[in-house]
Amino acid sequence: MARVVVDVMLKPEILDPQGQAVANALPRIGVDDVSSVRIGRRVEIEFADDADPQDQLDRAREIADKLLANPVIEDFTIRLAETGGDREDALT
Amino acid sequence: MSTRVGVVTFPGSLDDTDAARAVRLAGGEAVRLWHGNPSLHDVDAVVLPGGFSYGDYLRCGAIARFAPVMQAITDAAQDGLPVLGICNGFQILCEAHLLPGALTRNQHLHFRNRDQWLRIETAGTAWTNSYTAGQEVLVPVKNGEGCYVADQRTLDELEATGRVVARYVRGNPNGSQRDIAAICNEAGNVVGMMPHPEHAVEALTGPSLDGLGIFTSILKHLAGAPA
Repeated sequence: MARVVVDVMLKPEILDPQGQAVANALPRIGVDDVSSVRIGRRVEIEFADDADPQDQLDRAREIADKLLANPVIEDFTIRLAETGGDREDALT
Repeated sequence: MSTRVGVVTFPGSLDDTDAARAVRLAGGEAVRLWHGNPSLHDVDAVVLPGGFSYGDYLRCGAIARFAPVMQAITDAAQDGLPVLGICNGFQILCEAHLLPGALTRNQHLHFRNRDQWLRIETAGTAWTNSYTAGQEVLVPVKNGEGCYVADQRTLDELEATGRVVARYVRGNPNGSQRDIAAICNEAGNVVGMMPHPEHAVEALTGPSLDGLGIFTSILKHLAGAPA
């Protein structure tokens, strides 16, 4: 079964104070060469039926456009991930 | 017949009771509306109160926007129903595209809770006609995501068309662009404001009575006073 992964990021021109706070904390763990940190949100969607992957992508795009991202301040990207494979990747 | 002003309660709304009280103190009849019920019960205006609707999950106001009552309010607002969004209500109005722009995390990341001076810039809306343009008022502000952002073109248009309704003065509590505290739509019936006029309506609990003018404004507007 396929999973659709939606990554939502603040647009480049929108200030990300949360990312800045993380960047400012990095010297405390000895990291001094980071110029920018930006924080986004990853959303994983699984459809109940085993629909055509292209159809799933289209529906996920509609969901992202309407609800998951606010087009005024955010961009999103969409991709398919195999349920098993991607989990393993995430664990290694 | 008294003027009926609806106050919506979402799961996580906090200031609905204060908003309803402010409506009553101004002389109106407060009608409680429920997020899950699309009926507006023949109200003449609607207040979307502050709080954390649906836990502020995803983005503030993002889920509330799709509540059954909001579908009805969005349609009615486009037909001219006066709607005021306070704090979380402002966020909901932006998410619903009834107002341009968005409200993002306070620039300094702190939740800001204090009494705040505002300058009323536009007294021509349904919700601000009891004030005079340039008048300074003191009302509480309390938000974590109150930083108003929009692209430069939108900001310029808001300024040029008198749609910046109020601005922060004597300090900007959240980093809002151009010190914007409140804006309205083109028709002037939909207003979103980050500070809380409903908390400044009684001497016992508020820093002033300056907020009451928002609620007397809508009653005046509905009674036929020129907006």
